[in-house]
Amino acid sequence: MDTIFALATAQGRAGVAVIRISGPSAFDVTHQLVGDIPPPRLASLRKVRDADGTVMDEALVLAFSGPASFTGEDVVELHLHGSPAINRAVLHRLSALDARLAEPGEFTRRALENDKMDLLQVEALGDLISAETEAQRRQAMRGYDGAFTARIDGWRMDLIRAAALIEATIDFADEDVPVDVSPEVSQLLQGVQQGIQADLSGFAAAERVRIGFEVAIVGPPNAGKSTLLNALARRDAAITSQHAGTTRDVIEVQMDLGGVAVTLLDTAGLRDTDDEVEAEGVARAMSRAQAADIRVFLAEQSEPLPLSPLPDDIVLAPKADLRTDGAPSISGTTGEGVQNLVERLSATLSDRASGAGLATQERHRVALQSAIEDLSAAMEKVEKGPDLYDIAAEDIRTATRVLAILIGRVDVEHLLDEVFSSFCLGK
Amino acid sequence: MKQFDVLVIGGGHAGCEAAHAAARTGVRTALATMKASDLGVMSCNPAIGGLGKGHLVREIDALDGVMGRAADASGIQFRLLNRRKGPAVQGPRAQIDRDAYQKAMQAEIEGQANLTLIEGEVVDFTMRGERVTGIKLKSGIEIAAQAVVLTSGTFLRGVIHIGDNSYAGGRMGDNAATRLAERIDSFGLPLGRLKTGTPPRLDSRTIHWDGLDQQEADEDPSLFSFLSERAALPQISCGITHTNSKTHDIIRDNLSRSAMYGGHIDGVGPRYCPSIEDKIVRFADKDSHQIFLEPEGLHSHTVYPNGISTSLPEDVQEAYVRSIKGLENVEILQPGYAIEYDYVDPRALNADLSVPQVPGLYFAGQINGTTGYEEAAAQGLVAGLNAALHVKGAEPVHFRRDQSYIGVMIDDLTTRGVTEPYRMFTSRAEFRLSLRADNADQRLTGLGSEIGCVGEKRAVAFGAKMDALTAAKALLEQDLFTPRQIQGANIRVNQDGTKRTLFQLLAFPDVSFDNLIPLSAALEAVDGDIRAQLERDALYANYVDRQRQDVDRLRKDEKHAIPADFDFAAVNGLSNELRSKLEHVRPHDLAQAGRIDGMTPAALALILGRLRYLEKKQA
Repeated sequence: MDTIFALATAQGRAGVAVIRISGPSAFDVTHQLVGDIPPPRLASLRKVRDADGTVMDEALVLAFSGPASFTGEDVVELHLHGSPAINRAVLHRLSALDARLAEPGEFTRRALENDKMDLLQVEALGDLISAETEAQRRQAMRGYDGAFTARIDGWRMDLIRAAALIEATIDFADEDVPVDVSPEVSQLLQGVQQGIQADLSGFAAAERVRIGFEVAIVGPPNAGKSTLLNALARRDAAITSQHAGTTRDVIEVQMDLGGVAVTLLDTAGLRDTDDEVEAEGVARAMSRAQAADIRVFLAEQSEPLPLSPLPDDIVLAPKADLRTDGAPSISGTTGEGVQNLVERLSATLSDRASGAGLATQERHRVALQSAIEDLSAAMEKVEKGPDLYDIAAEDIRTATRVLAILIGRVDVEHLLDEVFSSFCLGK
Repeated sequence: MKQFDVLVIGGGHAGCEAAHAAARTGVRTALATMKASDLGVMSCNPAIGGLGKGHLVREIDALDGVMGRAADASGIQFRLLNRRKGPAVQGPRAQIDRDAYQKAMQAEIEGQANLTLIEGEVVDFTMRGERVTGIKLKSGIEIAAQAVVLTSGTFLRGVIHIGDNSYAGGRMGDNAATRLAERIDSFGLPLGRLKTGTPPRLDSRTIHWDGLDQQEADEDPSLFSFLSERAALPQISCGITHTNSKTHDIIRDNLSRSAMYGGHIDGVGPRYCPSIEDKIVRFADKDSHQIFLEPEGLHSHTVYPNGISTSLPEDVQEAYVRSIKGLENVEILQPGYAIEYDYVDPRALNADLSVPQVPGLYFAGQINGTTGYEEAAAQGLVAGLNAALHVKGAEPVHFRRDQSYIGVMIDDLTTRGVTEPYRMFTSRAEFRLSLRADNADQRLTGLGSEIGCVGEKRAVAFGAKMDALTAAKALLEQDLFTPRQIQGANIRVNQDGTKRTLFQLLAFPDVSFDNLIPLSAALEAVDGDIRAQLERDALYANYVDRQRQDVDRLRKDEKHAIPADFDFAAVNGLSNELRSKLEHVRPHDLAQAGRIDGMTPAALALILGRLRYLEKKQA
């Protein structure tokens, strides 16, 4: 196994930069850089020297003995001064020793291979590092903490228990075990199915938290949609002009709205048009607006639009600065009503974000969905009694394997362990 | 000096099957055993088959082995287990007349061409360099052989415990083969220690049978051999009784005198066959355990009380047995005992059960960490066939997991090893729905013919059956029927416009073969057995198709053979733990490597990368 190293902090000037070294030679390599290594988990100051003995920097050295480390291997962290020149020099020196520059994600991969993390935690770590909003951070942290793993493990345990009950009636039919275990098995399967179903129904929200909710601003041409977008984004993202029909494509702006990631969509004004290019823009606007999580309608109430608002959508009259009728309105130009809109949006989105399940990725959704189908098939057979236990067992096995693929592996030995701890066998 | 091609040591279930299998392939075979009268002796319970085990017996029979025929000749209570569950998990089982079984086995061995029986105690191998060249008997006689199959059961450093008494020995009354053990030590194989136990044997004349529940034999016995037609012996019942709180009190009060609980035994016992001491300690809330009183034969007075194996002292055995209903005045003919013995870690063996360090040497049976007659016999078959193929200079035969329970067992043993005496369960077979007891012949008899271990009689019967099956299947698949036509035959079906074959209809839970006859008159002529077979095939067809994808994945990985001299240390990036596991198991292909405990996809990718690199370098 190679020993690998990499800059763990961002490139560039900073107060501190951390270089991480992991692998069987981590301590050897460090010894050649700093001499005597401090005892594991005890940070100490050391001079970092080049091959010729010149001091490159003074660093805080922190050593971890495997397996009690991030990767499960021997790990050393050098906390250097955050200068690009120092980083370069130290990395250069390291590559001349018994170590090589890590490939992207290699530390995490080693942690995965050494069972320090499971696949779900690795995914969550990726989300955690790239989290930009508070909701994203919270959601990623739940995954990294192992909450999803623990929940899936709970389901797996229940499925293994259900399978064990069935297997006990099959493999120990000539012994002192119950003949019909259908009620308990059905209950277990149903419980797991409901749990998975609940998580799946929170998938859409979780995925939104991760990649951002979409809020589409819709309305007729020249209603001030682009100006509103700019006011919301506080920068000139969309081209605005007085000329109706300026925004022909869909403009996207990402922003943090009360801790929730949001992609604002500025769409073409909705109207009938002979202009082919504009008609295409209108068609796109319609489809993006329909797919968005929330629509902000910027239109006069009298104006007929090809889209109608859904319950959580927000309908506002445009150009609040120019009107006197007292209707709920907003102006991107003066900022009137903008704060109110932001508050309404973030209240609605926070509410939706709070319904997020632990499944956050498409991969999770596909696995959970197929587990649900297998469980339905199993339940149908179990209800008919022992006659179809052999096939029901196969369905449960498939569901368990699907869940196992999300985190690890299931094994017939687990099943037998469960059988043996539950029944007194051996006639 | 006498000279043979294959020499088998031990006349138990593994040894008999190994010798018979080797002889069937036409090589000159000898079977060496201490006492010729002990061939096929049942040292534990007088029964053959059961769940998973019955499947193994059918598979042995499909390859023309002896166990199924001998059991059919001596079965006194045939029962098909799981009769009410799906056919994939139905297992034939029979109580056996111990003497009749031994006679049947002796007749099989004596009647087999190319097979010589040698009586005597084997004390050592003869060697030339690393290679085994034969055996040496206690009398000093040496016998040469090109391949030797060792089936020494629990004889390796066997120690018997009854309470705090212990003495060396295999079965009661036999000498343990300690000199042979020293030779095996010199091979440097990893050894472990296991234990197993037996109950006291009871005198049936002192049992009050009246008032005990009886378990009857099936009216229509399911036999083991595809060639047998009816049970040879009259059928009897077994008695059923139960332990009670008084029994449990006696045992609990004397636990410290039990060999196992008194700390005299270090070996690991099977979880599925606990001693009565174990049951009472581990399941303290149960105040009664079931006991089957199994007669050991039609004319024997010995009864095997299944469910109360023990290593308590004799006086305690007598006291607790007599606290049980029906056994108040029972006489113990032979006390129960526990036995500890050495086994060879089967991960050290190749998939053909040969010993890598000692060319020409094969191990089979309990010495490989298994328990049970059927498990032993199936390994004997594998070792005997491979020893014969080795002598012939042919490729070894590899039984696959998706093809047979034999393959599941061999792979479990050589890849994952054992932590307790290994017993077959149907739940060990991931392709359980395809590996049925009823289709063992379809799975294996053809392979057996290729190897040359299937006799003329079976080959002819099998050919006729396959022809009948193929013809009937063709009848079921040749025409498509509209929902309206199907409805016309009084079969309920969705009026969805989908045309279906009769085979597809047969997969419906409520449709039987007989229901289809109105749709195709030609089906009337199909034989009852063939009908039943097709019904089962149809029932699982969808699942078997789904499993085929798994099988294909497995096959793809099996194609990546890992050469015997593959250097795992040269694979960059493997963790030390996985590397040492791989070096220990020495998987023969990528699929087997994937089944090693703790194996990761990343590590498999690294191995595959290295394999590709080596292939490229060679090309």
